[in-house]
Amino acid sequence: MQEMPLSKLPLKKRGVVTSLSAEGMARRRLLDLGLVPGTAVEAVRRSPAGDPTAFSIRGAIIALRKEDADKITVSLH
Amino acid sequence: MLSDRLPTEGIRKKFNITKKSSGQKVVALAGNPNTGKSTIFNALTGLRQHTGNWPGKTVIQTRGTFSYGGSSYILVDLPGTYSLLASSADEQAARDFLCFAQPDATVAVADATCLERNLNLVLQVMEITSRVVVCVNLIDEARRKKISIDLEELSAQLGVPVVATAARSGLGIAELKERIHQVAFGKLTTNPRRLVYDPEIEEAVSCLEHSLKALIPPGVNSRWLSLRILEGDRTVLDAMREYSSKISYGREPAVETGHCPAGSRA
Amino acid sequence: MKQDTALPDRVLDPAGDGIIRDRVVRTIYSHAEYIAARTVKPADTRRVDWDGKIDDILTSRWLGFPVMMALLGAVIWLTVAGANVPSELIASALFRVQDWLAGLFVRAGLPSWAEGFFVHGVYRTLAWVVSVMLPPMAIFFPLFTLLEDLGYLPRVAFNLDNFFKRAGAHGKQSLTMSMGFGCNAAGVIACRIIESPRERIIAILTNVFVPCNGRFPTLITLSSVFMGGMAATAYGVAAAAAAVAGMVLAGLWVTLVTSRVLSKTLLRGMPSSFTLELPPYRKPQVGRILVRSIMDRTVFVLGRAVTVAAPAGGIVWLLANIRVGEMSVIGLLAGTLEPFGRALGLDGHILTAFILGLPANEIVLPILIMSYLSTGSMASLDSLEALRVLLVEDHGWTWITALCTMLFSLLHFPCATTLLTIRQETKSLKWTLTAALIPLAAACLVCFTVAQAARALGLC
Ligand SMILES: Nc1nc2c(ncn2[C@@H]2O[C@H](COP(=O)(O)OP(=O)(O)O)[C@@H](O)[C@H]2O)c(=O)[nH]1
Ligand SMILES: [Mg+2]
Repeated sequence: MQEMPLSKLPLKKRGVVTSLSAEGMARRRLLDLGLVPGTAVEAVRRSPAGDPTAFSIRGAIIALRKEDADKITVSLH
Repeated sequence: MLSDRLPTEGIRKKFNITKKSSGQKVVALAGNPNTGKSTIFNALTGLRQHTGNWPGKTVIQTRGTFSYGGSSYILVDLPGTYSLLASSADEQAARDFLCFAQPDATVAVADATCLERNLNLVLQVMEITSRVVVCVNLIDEARRKKISIDLEELSAQLGVPVVATAARSGLGIAELKERIHQVAFGKLTTNPRRLVYDPEIEEAVSCLEHSLKALIPPGVNSRWLSLRILEGDRTVLDAMREYSSKISYGREPAVETGHCPAGSRA
Repeated sequence: MKQDTALPDRVLDPAGDGIIRDRVVRTIYSHAEYIAARTVKPADTRRVDWDGKIDDILTSRWLGFPVMMALLGAVIWLTVAGANVPSELIASALFRVQDWLAGLFVRAGLPSWAEGFFVHGVYRTLAWVVSVMLPPMAIFFPLFTLLEDLGYLPRVAFNLDNFFKRAGAHGKQSLTMSMGFGCNAAGVIACRIIESPRERIIAILTNVFVPCNGRFPTLITLSSVFMGGMAATAYGVAAAAAAVAGMVLAGLWVTLVTSRVLSKTLLRGMPSSFTLELPPYRKPQVGRILVRSIMDRTVFVLGRAVTVAAPAGGIVWLLANIRVGEMSVIGLLAGTLEPFGRALGLDGHILTAFILGLPANEIVLPILIMSYLSTGSMASLDSLEALRVLLVEDHGWTWITALCTMLFSLLHFPCATTLLTIRQETKSLKWTLTAALIPLAAACLVCFTVAQAARALGLC
């Protein structure tokens, strides 16, 4: 098992959220989207401009900027 | 728990809701963005509110009326929200409406193709008000994707009526009207699933709730407000000032915390 | 232990570390998971993921931007190509009615000022607005709504976000800009979806750089006359469409530059967090969309024509015909503004038209025409060719004049309705004024640069 920020999760790979380091409004946003520890996340696609990246989170496709994805730690099995 | 005292008409006026007759019921449509709320609004009212396939299409509340079973209803299409722990202006508007305007019935719209994430908001809506009908919309898409949902079990788990709809084709809208009618007139008593948090939070909530009750209009859900205050949601304090005559501007509401055992502060 | 304490200090999460929030959210989600596990039988995972396949193309590294450009080009091309014929038909019909109306006034023995005010002021502006605005908008909006209903708009935001991030702005600004095509006031209200106050103000202040319903047809008309040779040939239509698409892109570019400048100066700050859901593509209900959005747009355009354009037309006719000494009021204004106008590649009349057009952008061209006509002979303006003669032969327009007028139209201050909306949304007079001054400055800067460069290069 290997830990990494969500922003480093390779495309088409799945990880499980272990912790969040975002604060304030950003943290609320991420929690509301279901990014609580234990949630499985898959990196789906990247914007043609290089950022943001779209992730599959609890059945929805959600795009996050690198800066936000940096603040989420996932473990890769 | 929400007490069943009469909602204050004065607060509703602040939301520009004026009833034509005292028998008219106020119904709110809440749900995640892009789950088909505006489409349901149109199906119920026959109006032509704009819809679009992207989250954020509806930013202002729209009102319409419909009649069913000899009574008349004011229907309010709220902006979509991922949660009621609000952050943006449109989300705050939706939250304030549910909490302070106290609709007679709230339709919590969920997307059948990703029910789990939508239940997050449905549960939060049920935390604010017990008069809820859950509408599992986009059931046609779910069927196409071969997702099946046990509606009876869902209703049993949630403790409120559940209706499956495909709003675009009008499927299930008749049943939805019937359920709204039953809930709004109290013909059907709901028993919403209660969310219990860890003992520490529960303890803090109960003591805060006790002091808060004196400060808020009757019928406003003090448990829910206490939870938000505990979480550090400042916008909810602003909303309390705006909708409660007992709290005036420029003064932080002082709360009697004497009933709380020492150390239970958050 | 009894004590009174102010609420926030005592019970609010003091460090703002959100520990309680975390636990609350986790509890709610665990209930959601529990219930979903008991009630939902998930989809067969071997199904073909069509949404994924479409997104592989529409947001792909190589095709994402070309497809976006192609769609923009195609929508505008269809609009320009399709609007031409119905515009001329409506115009010739409405102007025949004008002649008949004028005859009626004469036969009824009414004074000539009454005929002027009602027929040449009120009615002609109305007719102009309807014939020029209605056809392109009744084509553009159904097409736009089709893309919207498919679910393409969030993909645009996904593709463009990085540019907005580098400009210090919010990725959802592409969505609020999209709403601006219909009406900038609606675009400003749409900015409520942006959580961060700083980025929301940026989005509000720059929304006017999207050509709204009232300016789009102006751009199309001028492009057709000057870039497309009356759009009479397929080549002409393509050239006119390219010019309009270029304007939309120029608007996007100015938006990004302005956003960047704002986030370095008045609205200093780092981009806040950004989350955007990409919903599944949905099959649009084509028939219903076509009928609905054509009807809606028709009602919108006609509504504005009757409530704003018609009365404004009457007032402007008065300004164009009340004489102060030798000159009409409009002529005086235009004379005063002439040097400024010239420096910007325009003339005094054009600048006057933009100022008097503050109530609604739809009326800028009709005001200009009335103002030109008040100084010279009367022509019947029922075709693009007649407009070309008026502008080029009677008033010396070159393609640089046309380009600068288009740029000024694209960039200048928002209309009165939009300004009022900005006032409501920001609750601040300061931001409302800023919202008028920034675009005005941008318009002057760009037009001045273009005009002086063209002059220096001997292009006109
Ligand atoms: N297939 C299908 N599409 C629907 C249904 N309800 C809504 N839609 C579509 O879903 C999208 C979002 O609908 P809208 O009413 O704007 O959602 P809102 O954001 O919750 O108000 C639109 O493209 C609708 O046409 C439904 O029951 N079935
Ligand atoms: Mg909606």
